Amino acid sequence: MWMNLLLAIATLLLLAGAFGALLGYASVRLRRDDDSLVEQIDAVLPQTQCGQCGYPGCRPYAEAIAEGDAINKCPPGGEATIQSLANLLDVEPQPLDAEHGEEQPKRVAYIREAECIGCTKCIQACPVDAIVGAPKFMHTVIESECTGCDLCVAPCPVDCIDMIEVARGIDDWVPPHPADRPLTHDGPVIATDQRPAEASA
Amino acid sequence: MGTQFDFPGGIHPPDNKLRSLQTPIRQAPLPDRLTVPLRQHRGDPGRVVVAVGDHVLTGQPLSEGQPGRSVPVHAPTSGTITAIKSHEVPHPSGLEETCILIEADGRDQWYELAPCPDSASTAERYDHLHRTGVVGLGGAGFPTRDKLQSAEAAPDVLILNGAECEPYITADQALMRERPDSVVAGALALWRLVGAGRCLIGIEDNKPDAIEALRQSAEGTSVEIRVVAARYPSGGERQLIQLLTGLEVPSGGLPADVGVLCQNVATAVAVDRSLRLGEPVIQRITTLTGEALARPGNIEARIGTPLDHLLFEAGLDPQRLHRLIMGGPLMGFDLTTTGLPLIKTANCLIAGTAGEFPDPPIPQPCIRCGLCEQACPVDLLPQQLYWFASAGEHRKAEHFDLFDCIECGACDWVCPSHLPLTDYYRHSKGVLRQEQKEQAEADHARQRFEERQARLEREQADREERRRARQQAREQRHNVAPAEASEAATAAASSPTAPGPDRETLIQRRDQARQKVEEAQAQLAEAREQTPEAVPKLERALNKHQKRLDAAEKALSDAQEDT
Repeated sequence: MWMNLLLAIATLLLLAGAFGALLGYASVRLRRDDDSLVEQIDAVLPQTQCGQCGYPGCRPYAEAIAEGDAINKCPPGGEATIQSLANLLDVEPQPLDAEHGEEQPKRVAYIREAECIGCTKCIQACPVDAIVGAPKFMHTVIESECTGCDLCVAPCPVDCIDMIEVARGIDDWVPPHPADRPLTHDGPVIATDQRPAEASA
Repeated sequence: MGTQFDFPGGIHPPDNKLRSLQTPIRQAPLPDRLTVPLRQHRGDPGRVVVAVGDHVLTGQPLSEGQPGRSVPVHAPTSGTITAIKSHEVPHPSGLEETCILIEADGRDQWYELAPCPDSASTAERYDHLHRTGVVGLGGAGFPTRDKLQSAEAAPDVLILNGAECEPYITADQALMRERPDSVVAGALALWRLVGAGRCLIGIEDNKPDAIEALRQSAEGTSVEIRVVAARYPSGGERQLIQLLTGLEVPSGGLPADVGVLCQNVATAVAVDRSLRLGEPVIQRITTLTGEALARPGNIEARIGTPLDHLLFEAGLDPQRLHRLIMGGPLMGFDLTTTGLPLIKTANCLIAGTAGEFPDPPIPQPCIRCGLCEQACPVDLLPQQLYWFASAGEHRKAEHFDLFDCIECGACDWVCPSHLPLTDYYRHSKGVLRQEQKEQAEADHARQRFEERQARLEREQADREERRRARQQAREQRHNVAPAEASEAATAAASSPTAPGPDRETLIQRRDQARQKVEEAQAQLAEAREQTPEAVPKLERALNKHQKRLDAAEKALSDAQEDT
């Protein structure tokens, strides 16, 4: 009987040891590498490269988040980005930190071309090369490439850059949430099977 | 008649089709002004090729399309272009899009049409369809060329969709019963074009007149007329394919994946006219119905005709008009104004009274009765989708196959709580599409940012490289002059260790130096007597030679010590 007991204990210990070793090996060998986490966070961020979060671009902020920074510092992404980050990192979503700015509709930079002196300062500031121009020649913004980051506004010595809201066309239209629709109804709130003029249908 | 297959769910709403079938198809009088939206299809607007003030002829291209992206539109009648500007278009959003406004001259002079030559290859025929602006006329407006080209191989079955299952709409039924020959000609043209194994025309059994007419016209051809039991939404592309062939189009796939090509009957007629006559899509048959109209019926009107012009033709009573719907009552959308133009995809216009289309009752909470699940023709879980969509959990709805929803509205129809379920799904789909679009934009911005970053680093490295090269060049230039001196110094310094001059040369050098010193002493002595002015100079020379002699003697003694 003692033999059986010892055998059972030995078997269990052996199994525990084997699985422990396996898990230990797996945790070392298959460790989630930090880069892939940063990549995933970076994929969620809106890539405006605006620096409103206090980091010089989206990737640095992604790196900071991976190291434990708050997820609510990105105004261009807004609630949607915070929600995605919360899902990704499995943390509680927080409201947007007002210190870093407010969520705004998408905007693009617009250069008032008559006033532009061709200093190229905005071109150097643009993180996505969305401004074309040459020294002493008028500059202009490629609208489809502009992320609306505001970074070109401050360097302009003649203040000729405006941030204008993008007109939303049919392609950007999202059917409204039915609950947001105004009620056109003034009938009873309680359902009834008496429907006027049902017969005519 | 072949085996009858079935699709799940479906509903039997009152079809209300008789009202618009009392009269034959009428021709709408030409309006004075037409508004042609650049986008009347799924895709992007084409590029305008005319200018304000141009005189255009009927059928002349107004825009240029890019296959796979956009489809051209054509002048519906001859006249002068008065403006190219944003104008309200028929769309659920009620937003504006670029339209071409034409003032008709009333002569309706045709542009010279180019039929597709018989020798044309299949690809050329497809491009011909694209150039003549042929899109799906059933309601979705998918570019016909793109749809035909989606099949890599010839499909097994070509299906012409004449089911027209949605209540009120009778445009296809009117076409089939009055012009069965052109429908069969269209079927044959499409069949030749795609080279399918079989060609079926699917019709619901509530259209006996159309079935009879088509049967007669199809006599002697191999086109099969297939009658299906009337049930909404049997006219959905996937549902009709399932009914006629038993094949289910895979989720996220195309009919081509199961070897089927499905086209609306009106589209087939347009394809035939495009290939045979070169005629672009500039008119369509549309149903005008609803209790607010005194003369409902089907009307053939030019694209771009203002809707109020058509409604006036049909005897609209503005007092009784409560809801104006484009499309059917289940899948259509409300229009807020009658100033909109007729577009290629507008198959029906319902001017409903308050009795006919009462305002929807206030939605009550879902009671989980499961009726929606039984009605769903694509076997989704509408209730589950509703929970996710109403709570804003669109991703979860996507995992429950939201994008397989065909938005037929069968679940709305059966819902005892009057929940606008389809509106929730549309909203959810819209949010998800928008998210996808934003994600694509963000990825694009990231790529540009990273490439810029890489470029800046490269430039920095180049500058660094050039700076180093310049510095090196400068150093080299500095070194040219002192090079010999320093070389000599290093040679002298390293002479004890380095294999320096041997003893003989050192002795030779000392002797030479001594000889020079002696000569200098002799010259100096001579000069002191004869030319005193040369004395200092000679003294300096003597000193120099003396030093050299000392250095040479020292070097010699060093060398001797070493050895």
